[in-house]
Amino acid sequence: MPTLLIILAAMFLLLQLAPGDTVDALIAQMGGGGDAKLAEELRRFYGLDLSIPAQLGNYVWRLIRFDLGFSAIYGKPVATVIFERLPATLALMTAALSFAFSVGLVLGVIAAKRVNGWPDTVISTLGLIFYATPSFWFGLMAIVLFSVHLQWLPAGGFEDVAAGLTGFARLRDITAHLVLPTLTLGLIFLAIYLRIMRASMLEVLTLDFVRTARAKGLDETRVMVRHVLRNAMLPMVTLIGLQAGTMLGGSVVVESVFSLPGLGRLAYEAVVQRDLNTLLGIVFISALLVIAVNFLVDLLYARLDPRIGNGGAS
Amino acid sequence: MEMNRRALLLTSAALAANVVAPEAAFAQEQPRRGGIMTVHFATEQRILNPSLQASTGVYIVGGKIQEPLVDLDAAGNPAPCLAESWEATPDGKTITFKLRQGVTWHDGRPFTSADVQFTAMEMWKKILNYGTTLQLFLEAVDTPDAHTAIFRYSRPMPLNLLLRALPDLGYVSAKHIYEGTDIRQNPANTAPMGTGPFRFVQYERGQFIIADRNPNYWRNNMPYLDRVVWRVVSDRSAAAAQMESGQLLFSPFSALSIADFTRLGRDPRFEVTTRGNEGNARTNTLEFNFRNPILADIRVRRAIAHALDIPFFIENFLGPFAKVGTGPIPTTSPDFYPANMPQYPFNRAQANRMLDEAGHRRGAGGVRFNLRLNPAPWGEDIALWSTFIQQSLNEVGIRVEIVRLDAAGFLRTVYNDWNFDLATGWHQYRNDPAVSTSVWYRSGQPRGAPWTNQWGWTDAETDQVIDAAATELDPTRRKALYADFVRRANTELPLWMPIEQIFVSVINRRLRNHSNTPRWASSSWHDLWLAS
Repeated sequence: MPTLLIILAAMFLLLQLAPGDTVDALIAQMGGGGDAKLAEELRRFYGLDLSIPAQLGNYVWRLIRFDLGFSAIYGKPVATVIFERLPATLALMTAALSFAFSVGLVLGVIAAKRVNGWPDTVISTLGLIFYATPSFWFGLMAIVLFSVHLQWLPAGGFEDVAAGLTGFARLRDITAHLVLPTLTLGLIFLAIYLRIMRASMLEVLTLDFVRTARAKGLDETRVMVRHVLRNAMLPMVTLIGLQAGTMLGGSVVVESVFSLPGLGRLAYEAVVQRDLNTLLGIVFISALLVIAVNFLVDLLYARLDPRIGNGGAS
Repeated sequence: MEMNRRALLLTSAALAANVVAPEAAFAQEQPRRGGIMTVHFATEQRILNPSLQASTGVYIVGGKIQEPLVDLDAAGNPAPCLAESWEATPDGKTITFKLRQGVTWHDGRPFTSADVQFTAMEMWKKILNYGTTLQLFLEAVDTPDAHTAIFRYSRPMPLNLLLRALPDLGYVSAKHIYEGTDIRQNPANTAPMGTGPFRFVQYERGQFIIADRNPNYWRNNMPYLDRVVWRVVSDRSAAAAQMESGQLLFSPFSALSIADFTRLGRDPRFEVTTRGNEGNARTNTLEFNFRNPILADIRVRRAIAHALDIPFFIENFLGPFAKVGTGPIPTTSPDFYPANMPQYPFNRAQANRMLDEAGHRRGAGGVRFNLRLNPAPWGEDIALWSTFIQQSLNEVGIRVEIVRLDAAGFLRTVYNDWNFDLATGWHQYRNDPAVSTSVWYRSGQPRGAPWTNQWGWTDAETDQVIDAAATELDPTRRKALYADFVRRANTELPLWMPIEQIFVSVINRRLRNHSNTPRWASSSWHDLWLAS
């Protein structure tokens, strides 16, 4: 909790350093023609006529009462604005993370089993390519290929609003819209999971208990799944905990390219428009979610490695 | 040679702007009812009500839902919309509008003069940007009956100025929705209600806006379309891809990249044109800060203007949608455009000579002095233009450092903190120099008002001409006064406007009756239809 407060205060002060305030951003949108009286009135309207310490004080006092304040750009409570964006963000994040985790796991295992063989070379090279390619380029090329030329998938957006679908058809429509962004976002993370999984497998394979398991006469599949994989999973799970935070913040690039209504674009918009309340609200909610995900990861550790649950006796 | 190439460019730009209307071929076609129009919405707005905010981002949505008193016809002349006729008294202080009868709001209530009175006094005069200036001397709006609104001004208001301003600054809101509320916080600001051909349905932030056909629209059997959907797409390349995949049918106001204009322009499925945007001309500026003594010297400002090869820049960077500018009033405004004003053609030798004469000899590394340039963050053309300025001035010994900021930062730094040497952005011309042009030159602008004279430059003669023109009732004398204004502006050069542009539309060729007025992108689209 104190960490959270420090982060919020730091964000608040950091944004004060940026020249201009939300009224300047609004006037930029208007294209001018506002007289001085208008700007003054707007500053009073947005509570910007107060001193900075007073604004910060007000904010913290509201936060203590679980009030995230009012969004200047959206004209409604910040909590509402964020919760409107959460479904898209969570859907994209869960899909991309599961894709990266599962495919990364499988490819990592294959690469480790055939280490230095041709499958390893192919998989590792692909991983490097995915990791090195900028995601916006990936996204745009995927759109050009699958949406513009092949016309298989929609080029952007969260759903086809013009059609007015409901129920299962709507779900299918949303899924179709999420395929390309999931792949784009997932491929970069996939590369990381793949590398980690491969390295971790190779390390565990050299350990004594693996030799013991083999000596007991267990078949190769059983050795791999029950003994090696389970132990090699620990770094992967750690990584999920770390990356969930990154993904929650949303990906401005992927969201922009695919016109998705996620938290990343919201945060970007909030900075450009100097909408302090919205930005701090996003930081606050993301921090809470990251804490929750890390708690889940800790529980998962205990299940994978019972020693951790027993007070860490190793 | 120089002149020839320039003349050629001007012609090609003019040709591009006036491509023979392809509609001519379809003129015999019978309009088809139905269909969904999908529109590229590049930047989300805080409000969608055009009675409260005058900007293209608002018109593109609100202009289909609400309507102005006066619109523009195909030739760019004021045409009746919610007002059927108008007349002014000889002293110019009273202007009477006869309002259209039988018009209803989307909620079924009748549209009356009380709505006009309320909107004019509470919104145009108090809140609407540019409206507050335009209606500064509006004293009252009388409503002798439900279909007559009499505007009373304390100083003469040129009828032509008002009529040319009203298509943008004359959108009417419903009194019964706004009366007695905090207008700025009214929920109708993001869920607008009007008399227009489409009624607002839903606004999902970050995703889309939907409006459906208004079955009770006052133009019989219109609109043709069933629904308009605005899709929020902030990435330029993604928007171009959505145009190609057919998810978007129209991308307004130069919202795609310049390279995509060229690419899509060659694609037979699309029309890439400036037609339908003639009422939204803009010029690229070069603004000088007179608080820097180097720039306060007119020889330096003129030398800088001479150092820029505008035809070269346009030909190589902006393509056919821009042309050489000649000052604050663009050629798209024949009612005011003055010919043969002082110009600053590219002449590097002369620029060097003028800088030498001003006492700025080249020092170490050939550098005369350093300047900071703040480019506005909107528009790819501004980024290109600022780099071009930097490199061109380097050739004459002026080293330029480019300071890039986002929108809020740019406005604050340049127009409020005056912390710049050179700045560049867009000047938007709004059909009459009195609306948004003369404020760039008139002294006495409040500090912090963007796109106004914040240069630290005061010129009594300029002020006098601007004030006289603003209240001059005779159109011919007004035009002559604005010619004097441009001559003075181009001579003293407090800022320079060497490039003229019109917004570019990218349109799917299935659309019919598009781009048929000078402010079509902003207009109501009541006659727009979609071929199957």
